[in-house]
Amino acid sequence: MTVTEAPTETLQQQARRIGTQVAAVHAADVDRAARFPVETIDALRAERLLGALVPAELGGLGHDLRQAARVVRELARHCASSAMILAMHHIQVACLVRHGSSAPLRAFAAEVADRQLLLASATTEIGIGGNTRNSSCAVELDGDRFSLTKVAPVISYGRYADGILATARRTADSVPSDQVLVVCRRDSLSLDAISEWDTLGFRGTCSQGFTLTASGPAELVCDAPFALISTHTMLPTSHLLWASLWLGIAEQAVSSAQRFVQKAARKDLSVTPPGATRLAALLVTRQQFAAPVEALLARYLRIADDPEATAAIDFMVEVNALKISASTLVVDVVGQAMLICGIAGYREDSEFSLGRLLRDAHGAAVMVNNDRIAGNTAQLALAQREG
Amino acid sequence: MTQLNTTVAETVRTIVGKYGKLAADAATLSETSDLYAAGLTSHASVTVMLAVEDEWDVEFPQHLLKKSTFGSIGAIVAALAELGVTG
Repeated sequence: MTVTEAPTETLQQQARRIGTQVAAVHAADVDRAARFPVETIDALRAERLLGALVPAELGGLGHDLRQAARVVRELARHCASSAMILAMHHIQVACLVRHGSSAPLRAFAAEVADRQLLLASATTEIGIGGNTRNSSCAVELDGDRFSLTKVAPVISYGRYADGILATARRTADSVPSDQVLVVCRRDSLSLDAISEWDTLGFRGTCSQGFTLTASGPAELVCDAPFALISTHTMLPTSHLLWASLWLGIAEQAVSSAQRFVQKAARKDLSVTPPGATRLAALLVTRQQFAAPVEALLARYLRIADDPEATAAIDFMVEVNALKISASTLVVDVVGQAMLICGIAGYREDSEFSLGRLLRDAHGAAVMVNNDRIAGNTAQLALAQREG
Repeated sequence: MTQLNTTVAETVRTIVGKYGKLAADAATLSETSDLYAAGLTSHASVTVMLAVEDEWDVEFPQHLLKKSTFGSIGAIVAALAELGVTG
């Protein structure tokens, strides 16, 4: 499909155009077949959006996280799997451009923008119980080359990625928490599938498990400790982009409910439709959802260059709280919209169908499980002090 | 770090050994050894902090709640000195 360009459009309009003209067209098939949304990712590539977070001096669009979140949020309305892939790609790029200071890593970031490479992530590992701050696999150095083998229960869209950023212990002698982030290029890695991806929602992310085997120049191992990369960039970026994505899902459900009520109102002009009161309540929930997402994005942008401020307990507690509230509210909003649309929302063949949105929404609480986040917040709360 | 109070430092070492969940034996650490490199996680550092607070009946103020405060036995001793714990 050819996407018609309008040069004066805003970023949100651009995302909406790709969303309606490409992502929405293929979303049902992507979902049904649990297939990679190649059309949408190619459309993003064609408009250079995979390089959104790469600085302009490296050939990227030089967007900030709020701009990237704007696109993710809009795209989520049309195909949440596509939006999740874009969000996860952005998270990797954010880590790469902030922490990959060596010349080869800078060159790789430039290549991401130039060739519109798609980056994936291998942070979890079989046998470490889902805690991404521990690794059992280790980087092996031989002269100026590294090699790495990692058994990862999930590498989202790994088969379609041009590069995978993997965590590993710094050396074979390092403790599990002494981790580094390694850039593994497509041309020097292999993936052996260990599991399939047949899930309730986010089916298009193709988040299979793999044994990843990679090698490359040692300079593709980031010098910065992963502990720093995680706190400073990966965690806040992930939670802000994901919350923006879930907000997009919620906004689509609200939009369906609103259109449904308006349609009912036109049918019988003598009464206010029964769903109108519920819609009013839903608009309150939508506002409660959107406000902290936008506020925390703004706060992160103010402190993003300050590793100490991003590691502050207050900020980490807020980011964790956002993850839990946003992932809970998205299910709540879609559920409320379902009550408003009634059987039309429940049907799979109506213009008000909410089924895919509801299934995708349920992924929010279980991807990085809310109970894990709550446990982390509980520990932070023991140390939190008033300033 | 030349004026470290031995008693405080040794008690900190005991607490780090008990609650730090380190890969190494705390007795083998110097006062400047990097505790994070020895396996201290941010989760365990909170437990160490609470144990230190209980031991000397102090409370770490917000400005000391940063990673570097718990980076070594010597750093914890220095933070305690700031809170008036020297003897």
